[in-house]
Amino acid sequence: MTDLEQDNFQPWFYSEIVREHFFHPQNFLDHDLELDKYNAMGRAGSPACGDELRVWLWVDENDERIKKFYWRTFGCASAIAATSMTSVIVLEGEGMTLAEARAITPQQIMESLGGLPTRKIHCSVLSDKALRDAVNDYYRRTKQFDKIEPEATRIVDPIARVTDKDIEEAILSGAKSVEEVAQKTGVRLNDPRVGQEAAQLVKFYLEKYQG
Amino acid sequence: MKQRQVYLDYAAVTPTDPQVLEVIVDVEQRGLGNPSSMHAKGKVARDIVEASRKTVADALVAHADEIIFTGSGTESDNLAIQGVARVHKTHGCHIVSCATEHPAVLETLRHLQERLGFEITLLEVDGNGKVSADQVKDAIREDTILVSVMYANNEIGTIHPIADIGRVIDKYRKQNKTIYPLFHSDACQALGALDVNVEKLHVDLLTINSSKIYGPKGVGALFVRRGVKIAPIQFGGLQERRLRPGTENVSGIAGFAKAVELAGQCQKKEVRRLTRLRDYFIKQVQTKIPNTRLNGHKSERLPNNINISFLGVEGEALLLYLDAQGIFASSGSACTSEKLDPSHVIMALGVPHMVAHGSIRFTLGRFTKKKDLKYVLEVLPPIVKRLRSMSPIKVNES
Ligand code: FES
Repeated sequence: MTDLEQDNFQPWFYSEIVREHFFHPQNFLDHDLELDKYNAMGRAGSPACGDELRVWLWVDENDERIKKFYWRTFGCASAIAATSMTSVIVLEGEGMTLAEARAITPQQIMESLGGLPTRKIHCSVLSDKALRDAVNDYYRRTKQFDKIEPEATRIVDPIARVTDKDIEEAILSGAKSVEEVAQKTGVRLNDPRVGQEAAQLVKFYLEKYQG
Repeated sequence: MKQRQVYLDYAAVTPTDPQVLEVIVDVEQRGLGNPSSMHAKGKVARDIVEASRKTVADALVAHADEIIFTGSGTESDNLAIQGVARVHKTHGCHIVSCATEHPAVLETLRHLQERLGFEITLLEVDGNGKVSADQVKDAIREDTILVSVMYANNEIGTIHPIADIGRVIDKYRKQNKTIYPLFHSDACQALGALDVNVEKLHVDLLTINSSKIYGPKGVGALFVRRGVKIAPIQFGGLQERRLRPGTENVSGIAGFAKAVELAGQCQKKEVRRLTRLRDYFIKQVQTKIPNTRLNGHKSERLPNNINISFLGVEGEALLLYLDAQGIFASSGSACTSEKLDPSHVIMALGVPHMVAHGSIRFTLGRFTKKKDLKYVLEVLPPIVKRLRSMSPIKVNES
C-alpha cells in the first residue's frame, strides 16, 4: 500500500482545526437532555443542502451568561466542526453574555476554523443562526419580549429587493418552479449569482412544503 | 505502523493492473513513432494500435473497423450522441434517454436541448432504478433519431434490460421500414462484469472505458456499427476514421487492450466471487445496523455495487470518518457535490431527500478480499451510531 502522506500532497480536504473538531466535536449532545438542564433552544437549517442544526443553552439567570451549550447537527464535516467551534467560543472563560453571543459572525467562526472551502461557507452560518434563535428563545421564555430580535431576512436579490422570506411566501402561495417564483417576486434569474441562490431556496422550500 | 487501507471505490476508478502497467511501460520504452508516420517506428506504432483494436473488437464480438478509440467514456458518450445528432437531425430532433444516466449523457443531451433545439424525453425509472423496454417503445416517435440508455448504473448498479430494449427498437424499425431510432448504450460500468456482445444487445453504438477495468486512465472507445453514420465533434486529422482526430495514445490504447483481455479471462470467476462478497456485505450491514436502505435492484445489479443509505446520517461526515479509518468509498449526499445537489440517481428512485443524504456507495473489485469487508463491517456500525447520536434528526427505530 502506498503512503498517502508524502511529497507534500495533502490527503485531507479541510484545515487541521476542522479535522480536530470534526473527529473530536466539543459539547455535542450525546444523551437526551432533561427539560430543566436548558432554558433556551434554537434551530437552523441550510436551504442549500437540507441540513439541520439544533442548539440547547443553559443561561445563568443572574448574569445572563451562557454556561452550557449543547448541540446536534445533521450535516457535513464543516457543519459539525463549525458548530463545535461555536460552542467553544461561546463557553470560553465565564461564558459569553447573550449580547456577545448574538454578535458572533460566520466570519469569526470561519477564521477560528482556519478557513473553509468556498462551497462550504453556508455550513458555518448555521451555528450562529441557531445560536441567535436560541437567544431569542431565552428572552421569550423569560418574558423579556422587548429584547427579542427577529432574525433579519436575507436579501437574495439586492436590486429587485427580494428576500428569502419573499421566496418562501411565493412557494407558500403556490409557485412550483424558479420561473414561477421569479414571476411572483421579480427576482432576477439572469444574474447568475442571484439565480443560483434563488434556485437553491426554491428547491429547499418546495421540499419543505410540498414534500 | 501503516494504517490499513481498504479501497471500495472501484466504480470511480480502478487501480491499474500490474500486467497492464507492464504493457504500457514496454510500449513507451520502445520509443515508437507516430502511427501516421511513414517509417518503421511509425509502422510498428500503428500495428500496436490495430492489434489493440482487434482485441477490443473481439471482446464486443464486433469488427475491428467498428471500434473508435477516444480519450474517455465521457468523450465516447459525447461522440455518440452529438455525432448522431449532427448527422441525423435532418430526419428528426427527438432523443429518448433515461433520468439516471451519467452526466456525460445527461449534460450532452441538455446541451442539445438548450442550444440546438432538440427535444429530449427522459424516461423515469421504477423504485429500483430500472426502465423497461415497454417504456422505451412507448416513447419512440416518428422523429426519434436516438435512444440512449446506460447498460448498468454507476451509482446504484441497477442493470437495464438493454437486449430487450434493443429488440424492441429493432422491431419498430422493421415495422416502420426505417433506420431510426439508433440505439446507444453507455457500458462503462458493464464491461468486465456483463455480457457486452453487441449482437445480442442489438446496439448501434456502445461506450466503453479503460479506467473502470484496471486499464490506464484517459482511454475509452466507442463501438459504431458498420453502416451507422456519425459526425466527428472535433477536427484536425485523419485518425480513427476522422471521427477522433489527434495523435493516438499508443501505450494507453495497448494498455486498454491488455485490460480488456485480462477482464475477459477472469470475468466468469470474478463475477461469481464479487456477487458473493456483495451479498454477504449487504446482509451483514442490514443485520448489524438498523434503519438502512439498499438503493437499486436487489439482484439485477452489478456484482460489485453496494449502495446503502444510512438514514439520519449525512454522507460526507460518514465518508470522512471512514476515510480516517483507511476506508475509501463515495456518497450521493448533497454536501459532497460541487453544486450541493443530492444524487440525481437516488432522487430519481422517488425517495425522500434524506435517503440521498445518507447514501454511501461501496464498489468492490479485483483486489477486494473478504477480510477487507470484515474490517469495514467492524468499523462501520460504531461510526453510524456516533453520527446518529450527533444528529437532531431521529429516524424511527424499527
Ligand atoms: S452541511 Fe451540507 S455542505 Fe455542509
